[in-house]
Amino acid sequence: MKDWRYWLAEQRGTLLALGIFIVMFVIYTSNHPAGFTANVVQTAANKGVLLAFVAMAQTLVVITAGIDLSVGMIFLLTNCLASWLVVGTPTQTALGVVAVLAIGLLCGAINGAIVIYGRLQPIVATIATGAVYYGIGLLLRPFPGGSVNEDLADALTGRVFSVVPASLVVLLAIVLVIWVPFSRSVLGRAAYAAGSSETAAYMSGVPIRRGKFAAYTLAGLLASIGGLFLTFFTYTGEAAYASGNSYTLFSIAAVVLGGVSLFGGKGSAIGAIFGALAFRTIGDLLFVFDFDPLWQPLFQGVILLVAVSLGAFALFRVRNRLEWFL
Amino acid sequence: MNSAVPLLRMEGISKRYGGVRALEKAELSVEAGSIHAILGENGAGKSTLIKIMSGVVAPDEGRMTLDGREVSFASPGAANKAGIVCIFQELSLIPELSVADNIVISDPPKRFGMIDRRAQRRIAEDALARAGADDIHPLALVKDLPLSRRQMVEIAKALARKPRILILDEATSALTATDVSKIFGVLKRLRSEGLALLYISHRMNEIAELADQCTVFRNGRNVASYEAGSKSDNEVVELMIGREYSHIFPPKPAAAPSGAAPRLEARKLSWADRLDNISLTVRAGEVVGLGGLDGQGQRELLLAFFGVLRGLSGEVLIDGKPVAISSPAAARKDGIGMALIPEDRKTEGLMLPMTVRENLSFAALDRLAKGGIIDRAAEQRLIDDMVSLLAIKTAGLDIPVGALSGGNQQKVVIAKWLMRQPRIILLNDPTRGIDVGTKQEIYQLMRKLADAGAAILFYSTDYDELIGCCDRVLVLYDGAVKRELVGAEITERALISSALNIHGEESPVGLGASA
Repeated sequence: MKDWRYWLAEQRGTLLALGIFIVMFVIYTSNHPAGFTANVVQTAANKGVLLAFVAMAQTLVVITAGIDLSVGMIFLLTNCLASWLVVGTPTQTALGVVAVLAIGLLCGAINGAIVIYGRLQPIVATIATGAVYYGIGLLLRPFPGGSVNEDLADALTGRVFSVVPASLVVLLAIVLVIWVPFSRSVLGRAAYAAGSSETAAYMSGVPIRRGKFAAYTLAGLLASIGGLFLTFFTYTGEAAYASGNSYTLFSIAAVVLGGVSLFGGKGSAIGAIFGALAFRTIGDLLFVFDFDPLWQPLFQGVILLVAVSLGAFALFRVRNRLEWFL
Repeated sequence: MNSAVPLLRMEGISKRYGGVRALEKAELSVEAGSIHAILGENGAGKSTLIKIMSGVVAPDEGRMTLDGREVSFASPGAANKAGIVCIFQELSLIPELSVADNIVISDPPKRFGMIDRRAQRRIAEDALARAGADDIHPLALVKDLPLSRRQMVEIAKALARKPRILILDEATSALTATDVSKIFGVLKRLRSEGLALLYISHRMNEIAELADQCTVFRNGRNVASYEAGSKSDNEVVELMIGREYSHIFPPKPAAAPSGAAPRLEARKLSWADRLDNISLTVRAGEVVGLGGLDGQGQRELLLAFFGVLRGLSGEVLIDGKPVAISSPAAARKDGIGMALIPEDRKTEGLMLPMTVRENLSFAALDRLAKGGIIDRAAEQRLIDDMVSLLAIKTAGLDIPVGALSGGNQQKVVIAKWLMRQPRIILLNDPTRGIDVGTKQEIYQLMRKLADAGAAILFYSTDYDELIGCCDRVLVLYDGAVKRELVGAEITERALISSALNIHGEESPVGLGASA
């Protein structure tokens, strides 16, 4: 009856990320003038879920031993698109949401097709497609503007039963509807297998291509859900290059914090979500401790470095030096 | 007992890789309910034949019929569906997934479109039990298992696919003796259940025990088929190598040299729970073997000498003087002059995509360089020497080393270290999965190096090698030296009984027996 040990070993990255997040969030709320109130939690959640969605997207691709440098740009593009389409009557709004998600899915599918069937390196392919997606976004919104169905926006960024942030409920729903089925499906397993050892997976008759394609495509979808939420928070669309880039980079940071291996084959989107929430809390911590916001990038960098090094501490325990290179 | 129509028939199969002819009009018939052994040197075409059969590569010409119907497989998955399952020499397990995930990987049980983990667990437990490996936990990650356990998982995975034709390509090479006997039991049962088994191995005794039919391949053709047991080992080896089979092993010197301080000495080496108080000596001119079941600490011992392990306790002495070797770079320095021929040439011995020339000179670059610039002429001379000394068969020095056959790759690994003229040579199962001809050359080379004054410590999983090559053999069990066999004491019987620790009466208390 040592099954739980294996479970624990498997979830170690996720639990560590959860731990880091809880510690930071407790420090944050206990130093917040308002304390642990529904309002504080709601604001934090709304900021956190944006990165959480993009980080989930990144996780799917990283699991296949790839990387998606276009997630931030899909996030921007769908934000710009939503500021045109998610308006009007409930029916029009619903169609708009569907259209935005479909475009996200399409962006992901294009990435997947180029990487898998074009056999390009993921890093190169997604830099290129990312630039294209940003370009389209810029054409859609040369200047910040547009609008969104405010009823929907307020409902999804508000609170359920006046306590639970609605954005967290949506995040949970997305985890249950997308991540859980994916990770337990044959395609999900194929994605893990391809990331861990592509030759072994091929030799075992695993549907590698379909698995990877599904991962890239769903990554596009998740990034577009992030883009929708960005629109709900800001009520506008904006093709802000710097913001897109930082979401891409932060998504990688969140993924690493969340215990997902950049070498592929290992990790969970749930870990990446906690990684994202923890990463966001760093900024809030600086706020409650009255630091100049100018310090934020420096602090985020240092925290990230420390977190990544935590993983490397395992190397000090390695007694067979050959394991350094595994 | 055998039906008249063969289950699988291959006719006129040819395959070329570039200019190299791997198979030339090869024929093979496989019958249900029998074990068919395939023999041949590396490069004889066995691997290509299996790859064609299991859908990894497509033949250039020829036809393949299954149950009398012509078939061709586009992928390993397609071959699996038709009931042909291959256990490859290079493992096909996915390291980051669990044992159970791996066992059902090609066709996981599903419920509501998702993988049914409970059913998966049941299938995995069942398959592990059928393979006689129920000591492996289905939730363990494959990367955490030692090589021999992984091999058992590989076999369980093949069984879970309910094959009609099961191909085992050197599937026992990494297994312990206990596992091998378990697997043999499983294979015999499968035969009685009506499966066709194809068994590829370099180990004659395994083939003698298992096979009903044997087919010998040489230079891409099947040169002979015969009922198992109708030919002597010598005859079979002659068929394989196509030349007179003389003594495989070079003669040993009359008496082990002694006198001077031993070249290499260990005093009470211990490391983690893998090495337990090991003391040994190797003199210049001596070949000392490490025996025992696989995974009893032999590899760790070699790595310990080579400076790879941290937190080692005990003492290592070179020429009677204590030394601290902190890395492979330190181990190869002039005062020590150690070389390690690693177990896995593909990851630890060679950089496969780089050229033969580059691979050969890596370990000796510092000797060939003057002021940081490589002396090309000196490099070329040394490389030429090595290529002719070891008779490395290569189309050129500037082709990727990955394009050479397994035996020749191993020669490159050895040559690379010989370029430094090492005084102490550690060999970690250097002949695993390579052909008889190359093995023979390696044995002779080892003796030649010892005669020239090197001290050689040689780990092998093949008892015949230890008997044929070594002046002394230390048998390890559970990280400790259980027995030292000298000269004529080195017999198969002695090796096996001490490997299994059957002389256990004197086994002292508290020697780290974890059971």
